[in-house]
Amino acid sequence: MMQFKTILKNPAEWMMSSGPNGEIVISSRVRLARNLKNLSFPGWAIEEDRSLVLNQVKPVIESLTEMRGAFSSELTDLTAVKKQVLVERHLISREQAAKAIGSAAVMNRKQTLCVMVNEEDHLRMQSIKAGLNLSAAFKMIDKVDTKIEENIDYAFDNQYGYLTACPTNLGTGMRASAMLHLPGLVLSDQVNKVIQAVNKIGLAVRGLYGEGTEALGNLFQVSNQHTLGEPENEIIARLEKVIKQIIEHEENAREKLYDDNRTTLDDKIGRSYAILRYGHIISTKEALDLLSMLRLGVDLGYFSDELRGLIDVLFMEIQPAHLQVYANRKLNAEERDCLRAKIMRDRLKNLPEPSKFYKNSSNEQPPEED
Amino acid sequence: MNCDVCNENDATVYLTQIVKGEMQKVNLCEDCAKEKGVTDPTGFALADALLGMDSDQEKSESVDLMTCKACGFSHSEFKKSGRFGCSECYSVFQSGLESLVKAMHKGTRHIGKVPSRYRVVKKYNDQITELKDLLLNAINDENFEEAAKLRDEIKLADADFNESNEGSLEN
Repeated sequence: MMQFKTILKNPAEWMMSSGPNGEIVISSRVRLARNLKNLSFPGWAIEEDRSLVLNQVKPVIESLTEMRGAFSSELTDLTAVKKQVLVERHLISREQAAKAIGSAAVMNRKQTLCVMVNEEDHLRMQSIKAGLNLSAAFKMIDKVDTKIEENIDYAFDNQYGYLTACPTNLGTGMRASAMLHLPGLVLSDQVNKVIQAVNKIGLAVRGLYGEGTEALGNLFQVSNQHTLGEPENEIIARLEKVIKQIIEHEENAREKLYDDNRTTLDDKIGRSYAILRYGHIISTKEALDLLSMLRLGVDLGYFSDELRGLIDVLFMEIQPAHLQVYANRKLNAEERDCLRAKIMRDRLKNLPEPSKFYKNSSNEQPPEED
Repeated sequence: MNCDVCNENDATVYLTQIVKGEMQKVNLCEDCAKEKGVTDPTGFALADALLGMDSDQEKSESVDLMTCKACGFSHSEFKKSGRFGCSECYSVFQSGLESLVKAMHKGTRHIGKVPSRYRVVKKYNDQITELKDLLLNAINDENFEEAAKLRDEIKLADADFNESNEGSLEN
């Protein structure tokens, strides 16, 4: 069985590898909600029933070949900080972190697969892939679901499909989402227009940590809103199509910024570089915004490509709970801001200054040297 | 899209309202919108006027007092949290549910993955639902020849299903 510190030491596979459209799409996630027949949903169940569900499903999940050497823990066995680390890694939801008796999380070594027990539903299973790869993520979780189904009798209705605690998840019980990095649309004030257009066609756009969270670091999650009345593959195909359009808008916005507002762009990337390398007090929000500019810098050829992976890891490591595990003690807000700045100074110590060669536009002459 | 009230004219007024934490959507044609007074949003409650969930106080109270026999969950609890107590609640509180689901989703019938142990039942159920819809249409159109044919098809499907599941099915 994997230890908690192994999770910490290793970035998830999706953070380290670059997937399709990796410049704009950080990750793709597919989550399925399932419940057991004849037992109250977790939010309404008494403690004995929650434990009953846990005892029934945990061995089934742990015995999956996909979960060989997995990390598995009941939430009551984890400290508040450790739970928060899992939230920051998108392995469990904020809702589940607050739950206690009977709640558990099982995740594989690569941190690409995670099954939550007794969250809003008895089972919430998700898979994460790098880049835009929703169909691969679905395939992976679908296989796990089919194996679990052999041993567990799911609540299923001929009309409403998989029955879930909240009617918003009925039908497929599937939420597919992609994490997009959209600094170009944010800087050119177009992002709200895009969000509105996406909302209109029945897709949701949310911030970094899901429902009701702010879009920090220019990161946005796009996901399906409807789960009933459309089969899984169609939902995914529609979502992918829309995401590809957003990618195109983002690319155009970046190109336009580069062509028309080059100095502004140079300035933003240059300042972010300077603060990250020489700053001593940096809040989470500021850090995410600065890292976002650096990532944009990589995409536009101001820095080398290898930096992208490090930035994605830093997006995670500079968050409050990760810092406290790193420091091995509780830190107040000021201490966290100092440690955060220190980690980034250290990790970016050898990063060369941003240089202005724009490698991406092949149809354009390289700009002259100043 | 047709108007949710008269189900005849095209809907041109789209309304979304949050009532006790639940989102409700309603699409109306111009005439019905006027009739229901939606021009004055403050004095207008979607659920009351349109979805028939709370259409009169008495009925609403009796629904609120209804509880699920399997888990003890009450309808008033659902109005508070927007979540059900157990899978059985979906049949206990089914009145009014379809319009709520319709407002949330693309359709009101599941299409997609089906757990293997439900596959035969679901297939049969979908087939029968479709045939019965067609039968109803045929009767409305006074196309009795077609209706008789459909009735026989339903009988056949029933017989097939019962034969293939002799004793092997729980419900």
